[in-house]
Amino acid sequence: MNKKVVVIGGGITGMEASVQLSALGYSVTILEKESQLGGHLKDWTVLFPNLRKGTEIVSFLEHGLELQEVNVIFNSKINEIKKINKHYEIIVEGRKTLVADAILVATGFDLFDAHRKEEFGYGIYENVITSYDLEKIFAKEGEIRTPSGIKPKRIGFIHCVGSRDEKVNNHYCSNVCCVTGVKQAMELKTLIPDAEIFNFYMDMRMFDTHFEELYLESQKKYGINFIRGRLSEANETIDKRIVIKVEDTLTSRPLKMTVDMMVLLVGMEPSKGTKEIANLLNLKMRESGFLKPEDDHTMSNVSNMPGVFFAGTCSGPMSIKYTFTDARAAVTKINCFLKEYELQNRILVN
Amino acid sequence: MTDFGFTINKPRVIDYDNTDKRVLKYLLAHEPSFNSCIFCGSCTATCSAGNFTDFNIRKLKIFIRRGLTEEIASEAEKCMLCGKCFLVCPRGVNNRNIILKVREALTKIESHEL
Repeated sequence: MNKKVVVIGGGITGMEASVQLSALGYSVTILEKESQLGGHLKDWTVLFPNLRKGTEIVSFLEHGLELQEVNVIFNSKINEIKKINKHYEIIVEGRKTLVADAILVATGFDLFDAHRKEEFGYGIYENVITSYDLEKIFAKEGEIRTPSGIKPKRIGFIHCVGSRDEKVNNHYCSNVCCVTGVKQAMELKTLIPDAEIFNFYMDMRMFDTHFEELYLESQKKYGINFIRGRLSEANETIDKRIVIKVEDTLTSRPLKMTVDMMVLLVGMEPSKGTKEIANLLNLKMRESGFLKPEDDHTMSNVSNMPGVFFAGTCSGPMSIKYTFTDARAAVTKINCFLKEYELQNRILVN
Repeated sequence: MTDFGFTINKPRVIDYDNTDKRVLKYLLAHEPSFNSCIFCGSCTATCSAGNFTDFNIRKLKIFIRRGLTEEIASEAEKCMLCGKCFLVCPRGVNNRNIILKVREALTKIESHEL
């Protein structure tokens, strides 16, 4: 009989890993808490760094699931996971208990809740929105309006909201917000050619393929302005515009500017689901709450529980490209484990 | 008038909404490579004038971006036009021409042409 793998989470990681595991001959079940697959990918219209449509990626993943026999259980809530000898029993509310020879945790991230940075005014001033809210505005198509209903002439993007900030206990960089800020600034400029757009940043982290090129293009072709300075606080004017206060660190002087709309580039946090599954399985977490592998160099995707693996953004912020790579890497690790390959027991000598 | 023995400092805050963007607009129209600057400072590091005076071309470019015309005027005259800044720039910003265009813009402002 085929060995069974249960994949927890049906986002990019869960979908891609399931397709690959199924192709290797394992019997795969995805447990998804929502009523559809695709995770956060559904919420993003156009993707960096090449401005392709998000739906293309979704259809690629769905096509894989069609080709392979993968069982998906929607709206599932996991109540308990028991380790019995060499396998796991997963108790899903209102369903038959699932048996798994290996588990892949692919529970992903939650977006940072911008309300927590109260001084930025999200939820207080109506023209302060998040990068996620802006994607929803893009998805609606038609003319861009601020929440107040005007066509914005000046827009400010704030980088590192909920990232690299000990005041919200998130010390890490979320990897994807810088390039998202560049991408969204270019999209806005295309839709409102006479708008002035300013990105307020601490560092521009353009580390991956084509990121730097996109950054240059945003300056050269789109005239996006970049100001090095972190937002201290925002205020609202009587006509509901937003006053941004930063230090213009490259002139060493304070700077204030009024914008029609301010966009907060929110980062990633370990999802609620990641924390719940980590508790059920006693998985090790980093201080940040992301899952911790057995070794950062040689044992990525391998948890402290035998037979339990993880991949994707439950282990830290990453872009779609790396999510795919990580999902496939985890599949290799699971295959080694289930086939009881000798090479999975390699030792480190120090 | 009573002399109280002190003066009030000019605020140091750059009030972006109310600064003068005429030089910036002129530059963007006449030297578009200005847009590609990432303010890395390699121009300033190699600057012949900057090695002996307090001239800082990187800062001058920010003053232009922010519309600080007074600061622009006092800085722009310090350049010797050697052009080394153009040679070192990693993003192909024609710094030498920026200085020439800034001086042009300042003359035009003075003669009410801008």
